[in-house]
Amino acid sequence: MSRFVINARGVNYRDLNARVKAAAEAGNEAIVLRNVHGQRYIGTSLRKPVKVDVYGTPGNDLGAFMDGPTVEVHGNAQDGLGNTMNSGEIVVHGSAGDILAMAMRGGRVFVEGDVGYRCAIHLKEYGAKVPVIVIGGGAQDFFGEYMAGGRVVLLGLNGEKLGANFIGTGMHGGVIFIRGRVDPDQLGKEVGLAEPDESDRAFLAEVVQAYGRHFRRDAGRVLEDGFVKLYPRFLRPYGRLYAQ
Amino acid sequence: MPHFAPAQFTVERRDTRCIRCRVCVNQCSFEVHYYDAESDEVRSRDERCVGCHRCEALCPTQALAVRFNPMEIRPNANWRPEHIRDLQRQAETGGVLLTGAGNDKPFRVYWDHLLLNASQVTNPSIDPLREPMELRTILGRKPDRLDFDDLKGDLMTELDAQVTVETPIIFSGMSYGAISYNAHLALNQAAREFGTLYNTGEGGWPVEFRRFGDHTIAQCASGRFGIDLDYLESAAVIEIKIGQGAKPGIGGHLPAEKVTPPVAATRMIPAGTDALSPAPQHDIYSIEDLAMLINALKEATGYAKPVGVKIAAVHNAPAIASGAVRAGADIVAIDGLRGGTGAAPKVVRDNVGLPIELALAAVHDRLVKEGIRNRASILAAGGIRSSADVVKAIALGADAVYIGTAALVAMGCTLCQMCYTGKCNWGIAVTDPWLTKRVNPDIATRHLLNLLRAWNLEIKEMLGGMGINALESLRGNRLQLRGVGLEEWELKVLGVRGAGA
Repeated sequence: MSRFVINARGVNYRDLNARVKAAAEAGNEAIVLRNVHGQRYIGTSLRKPVKVDVYGTPGNDLGAFMDGPTVEVHGNAQDGLGNTMNSGEIVVHGSAGDILAMAMRGGRVFVEGDVGYRCAIHLKEYGAKVPVIVIGGGAQDFFGEYMAGGRVVLLGLNGEKLGANFIGTGMHGGVIFIRGRVDPDQLGKEVGLAEPDESDRAFLAEVVQAYGRHFRRDAGRVLEDGFVKLYPRFLRPYGRLYAQ
Repeated sequence: MPHFAPAQFTVERRDTRCIRCRVCVNQCSFEVHYYDAESDEVRSRDERCVGCHRCEALCPTQALAVRFNPMEIRPNANWRPEHIRDLQRQAETGGVLLTGAGNDKPFRVYWDHLLLNASQVTNPSIDPLREPMELRTILGRKPDRLDFDDLKGDLMTELDAQVTVETPIIFSGMSYGAISYNAHLALNQAAREFGTLYNTGEGGWPVEFRRFGDHTIAQCASGRFGIDLDYLESAAVIEIKIGQGAKPGIGGHLPAEKVTPPVAATRMIPAGTDALSPAPQHDIYSIEDLAMLINALKEATGYAKPVGVKIAAVHNAPAIASGAVRAGADIVAIDGLRGGTGAAPKVVRDNVGLPIELALAAVHDRLVKEGIRNRASILAAGGIRSSADVVKAIALGADAVYIGTAALVAMGCTLCQMCYTGKCNWGIAVTDPWLTKRVNPDIATRHLLNLLRAWNLEIKEMLGGMGINALESLRGNRLQLRGVGLEEWELKVLGVRGAGA
């Protein structure tokens, strides 16, 4: 497969994304961006299943509204990765910032390391369209807030205690799996705790193996440790807020 | 523990006229009417009546009259019946009181204190029946300056994306879920046929309506419902909804009663849950973040369409609007205190925000003073009731206005304010298939078209009277307005002289 290489050094984001789009539309299936340095919205307007390899540090909103491509970031990512993403895959060989995958609707996001605050919030899901997020390290507060769907996996491989509080506040759909244990005080009031069932374990095996392939980790060893499952206790978490 | 709170409405039934056809029984989703077979009588449970007058309108023999039934307690200017009733409901439920539609409190309606000018003798008025009147309005960013090729005279300046409407009246955002499929279809059809714009609201946009895309504003709000590239690309304009005049600063919960499977599919949430829109958009905590989303939307759609920002009219609206324009907004919509809603806490609807007239004048002045008024169009929203309100809004500085409630009234709404219950008897603010059938989309489309036509004709009459033949000449032209019964500070904010001055 031919690789179309673009040197992003000193290129404005608008010009860079226009060049990437032109390359994709010219039929290139693999595009390599070198010397990326803070350019935003990479992958946003591409609607083809192209592979984009990003070397350097991309800017905010990587893959925002993205529909189809696979973006692999060889480095850390910033805030807003996968914002309202519709389909495709983003793989980050490093950590990512705040608001990762807000309102994500479909596709997959794999982050090797940690993520910041307000990640995996407002995830959507309908029918067979289910967004999946796998995070290798930890996450911060409001993780999974207002989730309406999706599957989120937090592996905690950084060896640190999970920092997030208010996990899953307002959750009314979807599930979060956390490897190891989680202090109930860290959970939102609307979240229930359970053991993963058989179908959950099959799902975890599949996505953890994918994580292992992306980041050269022994998935079997990661899966050896137990997971807890966080689920929405109520279909209408705020149903009793109002006078009837 | 008994309390005194009489039914808000009483149903008067003239038994001699009643033919026991039971239309009222079948029409009322609040189950006010029932048929008693034993006595062969139709009776009513007045305490359930919300005063929507559906039964009265459909009774084939005019046997019904629904009357307001005020609480006849000792008159008290402070503790009014509304307070007593609300206190009782809250004591019983411990919940937030919800309501629908716009603020119904007697705050000053400035439109009613502004009078328009007309020409006499020296600057003759124009007969709109004889001469062309220009109502066409172009929305979007206008350039700071124009450069032309010196030799050929060609325009050298690259223009930003703009959109043209044939009237300064645009349908306001009302979500699919808040109002019905048929209501959306009617608004979408009418906008296309008249050459104006329909706004999807924040609940997504049924895919089969995308054929009306050239006449659609697609909204991107805090719940991010139904937003993908198809949605964004199909529309003519994208609007980031930051706030709503009926409930500034708070989000929204579309009650589960209205989240039917088609609504859930459009929003990509589970059916039977409340659709939750949080107060802020969690990727926007600053003007810089707003700029980031504006540019993300422009990147996603190839810079081919204007991106607007809708804010509620709040105390520092001028500074916020200025920030939005500097962040790249091509259109700024300001939604005032009296803007409608499908559901809002009553306490917020009735106590938060600013009248649109004051906010509009202040925002326009601020943008003019900063020399950036050309960079964004201003849409005024929130309680536009007539063509006169439209003309006054434009004279205060708006490029165009949004109408929401007025459009609903054109489709049958009687402002009973029960939009949040999912029981709208007029088939508008409801998703129950049995009730939504009550809006015939083609008849509703015709009513909307009639409304736009009538207002357009009236606007032309008023413009002609002022000796103006293009709406553009009225924009921000406050000399055409005079205030009556206003305080000095109000005249100052509005930038108009008092009548006679």
